[in-house]
Amino acid sequence: MTAPHPETWLEVRPKGLYCKPGQFYVDPAWPVERAVVTHGHADHARPNNRAVLATPETLAIMRARYRETAGGALEPLAYGEKREVNGVTVSFAPAGHVLGSAQAVLEYKGSRVVISGDYKRREDPTCAPFEPVPCDVFVTEATFGLPVFRHPPSEGEVAKLLDSRRLFPERTHVVGVYALGKAQRVIALLRRAGYDRPIWIHGALQQLCDLYRDQGVELGELRAATAANKAEMAGKIVLAPPSAIADRWARRLADPVTAMASGWMRVRQRAKQRGVELPLIISDHADWDELTQTLEDVGAPEVWVTHGSEEALVHYAGQRGFRARALALIGRGEEEQEAGAPAPDAAAAGELFAR
Amino acid sequence: MSMPGFAHLLDRLLYTPQRNGKLRLLADHFRAAPDPARGWALAALTGTLDLKTAKPALVRELTAQRVDPVLFGWSYDYVGDLAETVALIWPERPGANRAPDLGEVVEGLNAATRREVPELLERWLDALDATGRWGLLKLITGGLRVGVSARLAKTALAEFGGRDVAEIEELWHGLAPPYESLFAWLEGRGPVPALDAAAAFRPLMLANPLEDQEVAQLQVLDYCAEWKWDGIRVQLVGRDGQRRLFSRTGDDIGGAFPDVVAAMAHEAVLDGELLVVRDGQVAPFNDLQQRLGRKTVTAKMLADYPAHVRVYDLLFEGTEDLRELPFVERRRRLEAWMARTKPDRMDLSELLDFETLDELKALRESARENAIEGLMLKRADSPYLAGRPKGPWYKWKRDALLLDCVLMYAQRGHGKRSSFYSDFTFGAWRRADDGSNELVPVGKAYFGFTDQELKLLDKWVRDHTVERYGPVRAVEAGLVLEIAFDAVHPSTRHKSGLAMRFPRVHRIRWDKPAHEADRVETLERLVERPVEAAAR
Repeated sequence: MTAPHPETWLEVRPKGLYCKPGQFYVDPAWPVERAVVTHGHADHARPNNRAVLATPETLAIMRARYRETAGGALEPLAYGEKREVNGVTVSFAPAGHVLGSAQAVLEYKGSRVVISGDYKRREDPTCAPFEPVPCDVFVTEATFGLPVFRHPPSEGEVAKLLDSRRLFPERTHVVGVYALGKAQRVIALLRRAGYDRPIWIHGALQQLCDLYRDQGVELGELRAATAANKAEMAGKIVLAPPSAIADRWARRLADPVTAMASGWMRVRQRAKQRGVELPLIISDHADWDELTQTLEDVGAPEVWVTHGSEEALVHYAGQRGFRARALALIGRGEEEQEAGAPAPDAAAAGELFAR
Repeated sequence: MSMPGFAHLLDRLLYTPQRNGKLRLLADHFRAAPDPARGWALAALTGTLDLKTAKPALVRELTAQRVDPVLFGWSYDYVGDLAETVALIWPERPGANRAPDLGEVVEGLNAATRREVPELLERWLDALDATGRWGLLKLITGGLRVGVSARLAKTALAEFGGRDVAEIEELWHGLAPPYESLFAWLEGRGPVPALDAAAAFRPLMLANPLEDQEVAQLQVLDYCAEWKWDGIRVQLVGRDGQRRLFSRTGDDIGGAFPDVVAAMAHEAVLDGELLVVRDGQVAPFNDLQQRLGRKTVTAKMLADYPAHVRVYDLLFEGTEDLRELPFVERRRRLEAWMARTKPDRMDLSELLDFETLDELKALRESARENAIEGLMLKRADSPYLAGRPKGPWYKWKRDALLLDCVLMYAQRGHGKRSSFYSDFTFGAWRRADDGSNELVPVGKAYFGFTDQELKLLDKWVRDHTVERYGPVRAVEAGLVLEIAFDAVHPSTRHKSGLAMRFPRVHRIRWDKPAHEADRVETLERLVERPVEAAAR
């Protein structure tokens, strides 16, 4: 008997990607009976599912963020362990995206699908590295699925921040970071570059930084920027959610240099439209080279592409001899852009901080 | 300093909004970069770099040999800027070559034949990182556009060397890239660079606009007033038998104006306005434009568009520097000099009579009929200072003309506006041959709106597109723009037969129905007639 093609047992439903025999969704956009969750970002991990299967770290993150609405039965499954769900074997492999992030590996009657969730391939001191898992269908993200997105080495970006601090010692350097993953990675990269002074953080980052520490990630001395006064903030490095930087909160800082750590910073005019003065191209998503390299490493004959610039990666994969198609998942990533015209609102405003 | 170092400077400058931040970055670069690279960088930033440029088509062609055209197309759509798209998409060949330094790029390009340029460029693109490639492509396709004026670069140079920027301005036009003697002097390692050509350009004194709220406080009796003529500012330098006609940026434009140069038999430095004057009448700016930007000029052009200089200041008489003297004293010397030498094709800019602010206002209002841009106000005691000092000189332009027009076409902008529809073509109504009303384009505007309004305009264009012609969108006749402009002239380039001078969006009339917008006939009535040179 030949193994059933994944098309016969996985389908896109309005709430997300559904495994029919297993009767569960992967990263559903709305509350469902049973969810397999790849990682803790809000567009993948939603509250109020009746049952959640995820790595212990991801569950800890969901509990911290959603408290009592984190979900009904929260079932931990560590990397490499297996769990039978209605005849479908589920396991997790590290995705290298943020702490606890996983690829969902689904096996059914000898057919195997890997759903990458979000991932990156470069080294990150705050989480386990991506592991390629051979499979029949690989479901990949394509957030940075255009060949203009090539993230430079993170060390150079952190050096830019430290160099700017040398040149403007009387100013605060405030770095816009996503609270989960990016904040802790930037801190860890600064520490690795030898920056051992206290790093000041916005209140919204505190909880997740504490959680990372509890999970054994070393972040050095962190202080609450809330308690600081302006004179004290000269020459300091402050991390804050992007929304706080443009807000009244930032008035407590000394003539701040506004930096932003994001893969979107690669395109100059996008960064400029956001009023960023010091763009730092530090991303937790795979860039174009990582996406295309991963297709080769995983070696699946068929690729399904979700959120991002699907069409470009589908085009590329097709040329490389993969069967490839786009998978339209809603509630994630940016909307299809109008042909020839990057939509300024979706492109510049939404996408920067959606993840 | 390597090419990557220069590119990183450009990158930081592009993102740094504050003047002080830019000055710091520039001064830091001048300190860190060696000769001659920093001099080439200075030349690139101040627009004095004479570089063999490459056409965008060449850059595209090179990229097409390396990159899948479909992926390139999607990427270019997304990024919206050719140099940046190519810089980002260019497939790296790690370790291919050593990254070139800026001097190598400049000297290499200028020494290369046209056939050698593509290969050279390709080699450099392979050797540089994404930022380096972006800087290189900006440099060789022309136009850095990183928000640094020549003046700002010189100010940074002054801070770097602990000098007054006026000292640098004075020397500037006698020096050439890569400015090694200038850097040596600023670092205290060398003497003040000698001004080689005596017939050098002297930095101009510029006026600030007089703002509405400043008018009431103006101490009118401290000022002299002249008409502000609608021509171009020139400096006429005669020294040791050399004759030079300079534009306001110090470019020698003598080649385009041999009639003026022939009339310069003097040993003096004059400041004045270049105009086309026929039979004592000043022609519209459009006529002068026929003469601008030409390397040579035909006898017919000389006859049809005779050039003339209206002189308003005397900077040097012989070798005597008059710039420290008060304006009225220089003016007295100028009048005497003009009376004595009686140069061809030149006359004096008239000083206007007034006693009160109201009389001055009346003069400004009469400027409309006189086809003059407005008034120049100069403090009687003002020495001639390089740059744009606040206070001694004002330009007080007449009010703009207004016309309600209908948006017809829109195109995406460049740079910061690369994703926005920000270039607008608008029209006015006229009677078509079949008796119906039709819209014909009367002008194009790129600015005058806020960032917030731009977002609304962009959305309106996207929601009301009726047709696309490549990058251009035609929109339905449904949005009225109140356009401000300084003047309107007959023109064969537009279907309406009219061309506006300096049009900008004054107000967006969301409230006004399109059929109530103005007609072409209204615009025709605003066309200026040539006027008597001394019309008073």
